[in-house]
Amino acid sequence: MNQPLVQVEQLSIGYTTRQGAVRPVLRDVSLTLERGTTLGLVGESGCGKSTLSMSLLAHLRSGSRVFGGQVQVNGTNVFALDRTALEQLRGRQVGFVPQNASQALTPTMRIGAQATESLTLHRGLDTAAAHQRVTELFQRMRLPQPEALLQRYPHELSGGQQQRVVIAMALARQPDLLVLDEPTTGLDVTTQAHVLHLLQTITHEYGMTMLYVSHDLEVVAQVSDLVAVMYAGEVVEMAPVDRLFSQPCHPYTLGLLASLPRITQTTLPRPIPGHPPAPHEARAACAFAPRCAFATQQCQNEVPALSTVEQSPGRMHQVRCHHWQHVIQYEATIPHNGRSAPREPVDTLHDRTHALLTLQDVAVTYARPRLLDRLRQRPQPPATVERVSLAVQRGETLALVGESGSGKTTLLRAVAGLKSPSAGNITFGDLDLTIPVDRRSREIRRVIQIIFQNPDASLNPRQTVGQILQQPLRLYFDRDPAQYQEHIRLLLEQVRLAPHYERRFPSQLSGGEKQRVAIARAFAANPELVLCDEVTSALDVSVQSAVLEVLTDLQNRQGVTYLFITHNLAVVRAIADRVAVLYHGRLCEVGAVAQLAAAPWHPYTETLLGAVLAPEPGAPPRLLARDVPDPAPPARGCPFQRRCPRHLGPICNEDPPPWHTTDSGQRILCHIAPHDLEQRQTAEASLAFARD
Amino acid sequence: MLYMIVRRFLWSLIVFTLVSVVVFTLVELLPGDAATAYLGRNATPERLALVRSELGLDRPAPERFVAWVGGILHGDLGTSLSQRQPVGDLVWGRLRNSLLIGLIAAVISIPLSLLLGVIAGLNRDRWPDSILSIISLISMSLPEFVIGTLLIFVFSLQFGLLPAVTIIDDTAPLNELLPYTILPVITLTLIICGYLLRIMRTSIIDALRSEHVQMAELKGLPALRVVLWHALPGALLPAVTASALVLAYMIGNLVVIEAVFNYPGLGTLALNAIQDRDLPLVQAIVLVLAGCYLLINLLADIITFMLNPRLRTLRAG
Repeated sequence: MNQPLVQVEQLSIGYTTRQGAVRPVLRDVSLTLERGTTLGLVGESGCGKSTLSMSLLAHLRSGSRVFGGQVQVNGTNVFALDRTALEQLRGRQVGFVPQNASQALTPTMRIGAQATESLTLHRGLDTAAAHQRVTELFQRMRLPQPEALLQRYPHELSGGQQQRVVIAMALARQPDLLVLDEPTTGLDVTTQAHVLHLLQTITHEYGMTMLYVSHDLEVVAQVSDLVAVMYAGEVVEMAPVDRLFSQPCHPYTLGLLASLPRITQTTLPRPIPGHPPAPHEARAACAFAPRCAFATQQCQNEVPALSTVEQSPGRMHQVRCHHWQHVIQYEATIPHNGRSAPREPVDTLHDRTHALLTLQDVAVTYARPRLLDRLRQRPQPPATVERVSLAVQRGETLALVGESGSGKTTLLRAVAGLKSPSAGNITFGDLDLTIPVDRRSREIRRVIQIIFQNPDASLNPRQTVGQILQQPLRLYFDRDPAQYQEHIRLLLEQVRLAPHYERRFPSQLSGGEKQRVAIARAFAANPELVLCDEVTSALDVSVQSAVLEVLTDLQNRQGVTYLFITHNLAVVRAIADRVAVLYHGRLCEVGAVAQLAAAPWHPYTETLLGAVLAPEPGAPPRLLARDVPDPAPPARGCPFQRRCPRHLGPICNEDPPPWHTTDSGQRILCHIAPHDLEQRQTAEASLAFARD
Repeated sequence: MLYMIVRRFLWSLIVFTLVSVVVFTLVELLPGDAATAYLGRNATPERLALVRSELGLDRPAPERFVAWVGGILHGDLGTSLSQRQPVGDLVWGRLRNSLLIGLIAAVISIPLSLLLGVIAGLNRDRWPDSILSIISLISMSLPEFVIGTLLIFVFSLQFGLLPAVTIIDDTAPLNELLPYTILPVITLTLIICGYLLRIMRTSIIDALRSEHVQMAELKGLPALRVVLWHALPGALLPAVTASALVLAYMIGNLVVIEAVFNYPGLGTLALNAIQDRDLPLVQAIVLVLAGCYLLINLLADIITFMLNPRLRTLRAG
């Protein structure tokens, strides 16, 4: 049993184009995974981490093939197995947890049937025993009513529950190796923290070996013993987790760590310039050289070998860089702050003189009452968004945060005029914004612009960048078309894209470049208020910070106001002036971003902050509230009553909590006075940033 | 689920009522009426008036509509003008004959084309797929009368295996009618299979590419189980909807196919009724065909409900 569980030797996987050109996706990857350890595999989209992880199950994407090398699991080459042996490998030895549980569960089968089928097939259990085993694991994964769950269909479960089911399914087989492909990406922070905690507890107990794939350095820091960093199909650095985060030796690792927004850091993270090479692009001898600050002529000509930084047993640190000795000495200078000095926070609800956008008791509902129910005067379901009063000052960035379903996008749509509020007032200066967008004047439409989460969907794929940027110019300004050219060049420059991008189509751009085109389109209208809906959450970290930089830069130059939606509190800390926290469409807390750093917080804010993962090993999140889904807001009392970690008793369930305003202008909706909250919360000080 | 089905059924009834209004109105709008059609060249104003009062055509249209609908509700479809018989007797006999070939064709062709579609989809871009694709493309692109004529040429004229045209009384017992149904059934089957096979092929290919099928493979399940349990149920959904469309399309084709084989079905009856301007008969046939159409769609909806757990678990209200 001394042989390692997994041995990947000089594995190259790729595809051949119709023209016969060879496109490697994985290049010469070697890895060893000892029993009982967890290897975290990080890298940005397209770096080959999924291809590598799937190769452990001998699964190749259709069209690709193994060019060379091999993968050994328990001493057998998995690509040499016949169909039956392969089924046994997948059924008994290697379990797989996919990223997207909602897509990975078969919609036409009951949970019980799909969770037990491979147990009866590969573990020789009878149906009753298999049910028993799955129920046990559902219970361990803290799924509600595990027995009844077996009879449910996937669509009847929430996203977090589906993900737990998929993990339990893989664990039930007790495989030697568990391959997890971004198993918590797409979950809310609190759910993610809970799922990770359960996963770690159970796998530790079973002594299971894991390959954990993620783009998320924070997650990898929590779960891994060893970390491998991938870039453009190669493993560029591999080290024990503490070493990788404290002493990165590859410039790319260093860049990734610097580009992470951190909850402890109020400044903008630093992006890595450029973007990774696509498989068809020509590359330098070192694929990272074009983006690297340490690159020399040598990096262009000579493929860097894997150098060993340290070689004590079990603490192997390897890096693929010519200049790692320079990198290791590099002290990360504090990244520059691109923002103007933060303004004094003012509670603008009481001071309307500067308010650009004012929301007063806004409610939005999607439910259309049925005629019968209306006639019978049945109570209407609670509205999606209710009693939201907010004022956004000219030139500030207000972040709206909350978990999925908290109504942040709904609120944004109401401001944009895409969904009319059912009650309350929205005003922009003196103008009424409760009217839908198609009845707004051209001027209002011009000054309020929106940037969507996914630029793939928001940019017309059949128009060039130039045509896309021309539209707002034609729509809002009666200008001579001859001047468009000059204007477009200027817009591209503002989002740091070269002029020749004008002739490109969206499909020829990378994700970050597309989002910058979307930003340029919004700014072409010369807006005053820009609504940003999760604009960076679809982007890789190294690119995310570049987009944040562009947004901050534009704000400093043009004084625009941002209403910024995000679920990422670290991004809020880096970019926003004030933050409004929403739970179930009800405001919980409004205050300056700096106030996030210390108590008092609304108990919900406290819960969210506790669940934030820090990009450093050995700093687990605090799990304050259960993450059971809370389907509808309660009819009475505090909206957060069902999950509140500081629940007082009947008063929280019966009476609507009052707004308290602290001396510094922070507003908290809670029955507990801010002073008391502060005392209780500082008593248990070990929050994400208090750890520094 | 029951609630949904009852709702769909009530909708079908409403649609059926609307169809009857439209049919009646259209016939009203046609130039001339049953009297002119019946008398033809012998029409004189006096005779027309006589026949009209005999047939009750001199009463206002809404009144006649009510009488017509009332008759239908009592099972009386009126009297055929050209054959001087109750329309009901004519239609029911012919309907039986048409249903015979329609049902046999559906029972053979739907499972067959789904099966072949799955085979083609599983062997995508390999020889079984190519052969099936060629056959289905040919059968889709040839008009039904060409296929019918070709079949007659091969099986009846060259080899003398099967009768070319039907020479039998419409009310003949089923067992005597059976030999005559073979060629029409083959023609229909070819047409249905061609189209449905393509739908099923695409549908199963999409299903095989889905993440849950990949997941099932990664759980180490045998290929057969992956296809039958994880890919097929979802892939059948679009095929069921398509089957309903194809069957409805087949109703329209019956006229042509029955004419080619001179088969005594509803299609040939409709053809004759139109030629004879036998309006009560035409109305009745259209109504029966519309009924079949609605029934097929209702059936497809019910099967869709059964296959889709999202709909199945829907609570009433």
